Amino acid sequence: MKILNALITGLAQGSMIALVALGYTMVYGILKLINFAHSEVFMMGAFIGFFAITALGGKDAPVLAGVGGTLAAMAFAGLLGMIVERIAYAPLRTRGKGKANTRVTPLVTALGMSVLLQNLAQLLFTAQYRGYPQLLPIEDTRKVIFIAAFSVMSALWFVVHKTWMGKAMRALSVNIEAARLMGIRTSRVISITFITGSVLAALGAVLYCLDQSQVYPTMGVVIGNRAFVAAVIGGIGSIPGAMLGGLLIGIIGEMTKLTAYSGLQDVLVFTALIAVLLVKPTGLLGKASIEKV
Amino acid sequence: MLGRRRWVMAIVALGASALGLFACTPKDAPQKEAAGKDPSIPAAAEPWKVGAYLSLSGAETQFGIETKEGIELAVDEVNKKGGVKGRPVKVFYEDNKSNPQETNNKVLQLITRDKVVALLGEVASSRSTIGGIVANKHKIPMITSSATAPEVTQIGPFVFRVCFTDDTQGQMGAEFVVKTMGKKRIGILYASDDVYSSGLATQFRDAAKKLGGEIVVEKSFIKTETNFTTYINEIRDAKPELVYAPIYYNAMVPIARQAKAAGMPGSMFVGGDGWDAETLLQDAGEEMEGAYFTNHYAPDVPWPNAQAFLKAYKERFKRDPSSLSSLGYDSAQLLFDSMGRAKGDTPEAIRDAIAETKNFAGATGTITIDPNRNADKSIVIVQIKNKKFTYFAAVNDKAQKP
Repeated sequence: MKILNALITGLAQGSMIALVALGYTMVYGILKLINFAHSEVFMMGAFIGFFAITALGGKDAPVLAGVGGTLAAMAFAGLLGMIVERIAYAPLRTRGKGKANTRVTPLVTALGMSVLLQNLAQLLFTAQYRGYPQLLPIEDTRKVIFIAAFSVMSALWFVVHKTWMGKAMRALSVNIEAARLMGIRTSRVISITFITGSVLAALGAVLYCLDQSQVYPTMGVVIGNRAFVAAVIGGIGSIPGAMLGGLLIGIIGEMTKLTAYSGLQDVLVFTALIAVLLVKPTGLLGKASIEKV
Repeated sequence: MLGRRRWVMAIVALGASALGLFACTPKDAPQKEAAGKDPSIPAAAEPWKVGAYLSLSGAETQFGIETKEGIELAVDEVNKKGGVKGRPVKVFYEDNKSNPQETNNKVLQLITRDKVVALLGEVASSRSTIGGIVANKHKIPMITSSATAPEVTQIGPFVFRVCFTDDTQGQMGAEFVVKTMGKKRIGILYASDDVYSSGLATQFRDAAKKLGGEIVVEKSFIKTETNFTTYINEIRDAKPELVYAPIYYNAMVPIARQAKAAGMPGSMFVGGDGWDAETLLQDAGEEMEGAYFTNHYAPDVPWPNAQAFLKAYKERFKRDPSSLSSLGYDSAQLLFDSMGRAKGDTPEAIRDAIAETKNFAGATGTITIDPNRNADKSIVIVQIKNKKFTYFAAVNDKAQKP
């Protein structure tokens, strides 16, 4: 019973991590870039969700506030993701070609973007913790999280594998130059990848806050780390991999809490990461081959 | 990833300190003017120079400012009464930016440049330790308002405090739970990587066992945790009568909500002074209904001095004082009282007078300085009732009951 309860909590926790992990994995799949600002897009999404939910009536109108707040957060985060890409990454890709170290420079700008956004949030919203309005009983929130996360992830899988845009994304992940020569508007595909990842992060953020009650400017660090590890464990670049990694991390975390060593949660998660990478350097579902996304 | 976190923290600290600077500069300016123009101060008398080093910017800005407000109020009151021994009091405020290195410099500056006879500060135990070492070395008495770590006053004969220690708080929590409430089966939930939280939990556990309580379940988490359901389920299944949760208010919000969802009402929780924040009431007031915690102070304590302070503070700052403001006020008042009783004007004479303080009537209770230079005083039990912090009782077997 104890284990079953922890398993359910772990699944809900894990599906939120998975939603965020998708953003890391998609961007890496196409650009070979770890977008460290992703965790801050998550945090910004949580804040916008908070303000929108409060403005729409919060507890008094749970359905309207919940749906409206989530949509507002998703729209805003999508825009933010696109802006981040346009400001911090795109110029390096086009102008820095041949001059900059194309592996390291975008990584550093990503870190810079992350710090910038986090400080901007402190400036705009102050460092204080804010309590999220509780729209649903926690049990129901967890059911909603699970259903929402899985339907969205299935939809994403469908888009990537069955639509023209998905085909373009997969083409970019193989070879951007070749894809452009074939007539794919690569910068638009990249933008859409960032927008999609950010929208999912915002959905994850609102669900996460509804479940765990609070929003604050440094919240992206914790969940961002876990989601990044989830993406790597599952095989970065692979969508089912990110989902699997997220669920694994959620469940490992909750199981650790049942033991006397609850403080070792992150230790175990990172040990699992190292173990997986030692045995299978590409991650659980990652392929050493070319197709990623 | 670790490197990245450290970076982020550093930048955040920098940004926050810059903000803090902006936040407090305009407040400072008019204050100094007002003190200079106060007509009740005899112009000829040489003022007493007292130094206060506080976190007026940086991570703990809020605490520093609240403490400063308490000190300011005390200074105005004493100067309105004609000062100490006919001489007005002048406080030199220094901002240590919530930073250990700055603390060292600022305290040295106050002692060597400004030649202060006594020091007030700091809000945090870590920086009070640094200031205490410097003060003790230069033989300048120092009173910290809110450093609760036991080690602070062990530095030497010149370091004092007006708050209770973490040890006392944990023990008094146990006394309240086992003796006053008569609960025997107790659970504990705390943050293992937080010195405050794990320190209180240790003290509580030992004291509760001595008093005949049984710890039926104990769970610890790390500070970054936000999902407590699994911990709460385990605690609930062990069927304790009460759960001691010495946790900061920000973690208490998700705990309270998730506990209520798991069928554990707020009245099952007992905490420490880390709960003392308006935010807790706003965000989890309903879920925390009926919970108790040990504190320095409650807005409605029935002591005459507390009520007078409350009124004066409200008039001046237009809101209820926090624990930190009232402790800052008490640290300054106790110092001025000692200066009045001292047999001379030297820092040594003032030190001796502080050490001899007995039954000083402060806003946070009746304070006697014990041989270890700690404040022997009552601890207030606060109950959360109708989304408000309300006075429930005062506990301490040694101190005089109000």
